[in-house]
Amino acid sequence: MSKPVEINEAAFGENVLKATMPVLVDFWAPWCGPCRMVAPVVEELANEYDGKVGFFKVNVDDNPKVASQYGVMSIPTLIVFKGGQPVNTIIGFRPKDEMKKSLDTAL
Amino acid sequence: MADSRKEYDVIIIGGGPAGLSAGIYTARARLATLLIERGAVGGQIINAEWVENYPGFAEGVGGVALTEAMHQQAAKFGLETLVTEVTGVKVKGKQKVVSTAKGDFTARAVIVAGGSERQKLGIPGEAEYTGKGVSFCATCDGAFFRDKPVAVVGGGNAAITEALELTKFASRITVIHRRNELRATKILQEKAFAEPRIEFLWDTVPEEIIGETFVSKMRVRNVRTGKKSDLEVAGIFMSVGFRPNTGFLGGLLKLDETGAVVTSDRMETSVPGILAAGDIRGGSIRQVIAAAGDGAVAAISAEKYISG
Repeated sequence: MSKPVEINEAAFGENVLKATMPVLVDFWAPWCGPCRMVAPVVEELANEYDGKVGFFKVNVDDNPKVASQYGVMSIPTLIVFKGGQPVNTIIGFRPKDEMKKSLDTAL
Repeated sequence: MADSRKEYDVIIIGGGPAGLSAGIYTARARLATLLIERGAVGGQIINAEWVENYPGFAEGVGGVALTEAMHQQAAKFGLETLVTEVTGVKVKGKQKVVSTAKGDFTARAVIVAGGSERQKLGIPGEAEYTGKGVSFCATCDGAFFRDKPVAVVGGGNAAITEALELTKFASRITVIHRRNELRATKILQEKAFAEPRIEFLWDTVPEEIIGETFVSKMRVRNVRTGKKSDLEVAGIFMSVGFRPNTGFLGGLLKLDETGAVVTSDRMETSVPGILAAGDIRGGSIRQVIAAAGDGAVAAISAEKYISG
């Protein structure tokens, strides 16, 4: 059983940029309705891709620098990182199939 | 959902408050109902952190919480939900055939509740900078413009509500409106005029959005004098109206001059057995309670049609 891990700017480099496997980062904020709807889907994906993809959450209110560094201007935004680079971005609430596709193309 | 089920009594297209309310009524009337939603169940209101004017919630309610509750209520009565895009609707004798990206489904009656989407201006830079400074949802994106100057284009309730919402974040909000008076209700106007950080550019239209990686300014034109000027902004929130999502119908139903579905006061459309509810229909007042009301009426009309 695997759950997305909440991280901050300080831990971003180690966990996301230096990860050996692809990583999905869920940029969110407590006041964002669609983010609440994305969260359970990301949790399902975290289970399904356990061992193949790392899953992390970043609260943009607490971590504005890393959000701005990756051009996050709207939430929810999901970014798939591979080898330290963003390879896929999904802006807004999208169906699970679309999220899976963006993970599969990174694997 | 049963994997192979393709036939229903009612198919509801659209999972916002109109579709969800209709689903509660048809499912509770023991009509086998499938609701098809292409994005997020709940519709546009999920972007609202707090809804103050939905009857029954004196302290207000979150957009997501409200529509999630509607969905759970409908599911309790047996509503099935499918997430995919509807590509067309056809009438085949006594059946309606709803084509989707996941195959065709048939039903005796269809309730079209596909809502509307934000109108685009179609000016240079608008598409390129969407997500990079151009936004169609202040509640979604306002937080990214903390202490920065932004513009809101529009003069109706949505535009002024968004301008007020943005006072939580932006350093300056310039409302750009093509006329010299607002369409918004008085109470919203009063609040906006009293807010020191909101300023108004009257008789003005946006011409072009300019920037580097992100938006840096917007070129505007005064429609009376013809004079052009540049407004330094980090964000631009478009609020110039809504377009009903009727494209997928391919001319099946009679539409009014705004592209909205024409209905009777019982939500009947120009095709017997097809009903319309919520923002997709003409005369909609664009409120959750009205959409929910439409949904219930449409459901009862659908039931009458099926048993008639």
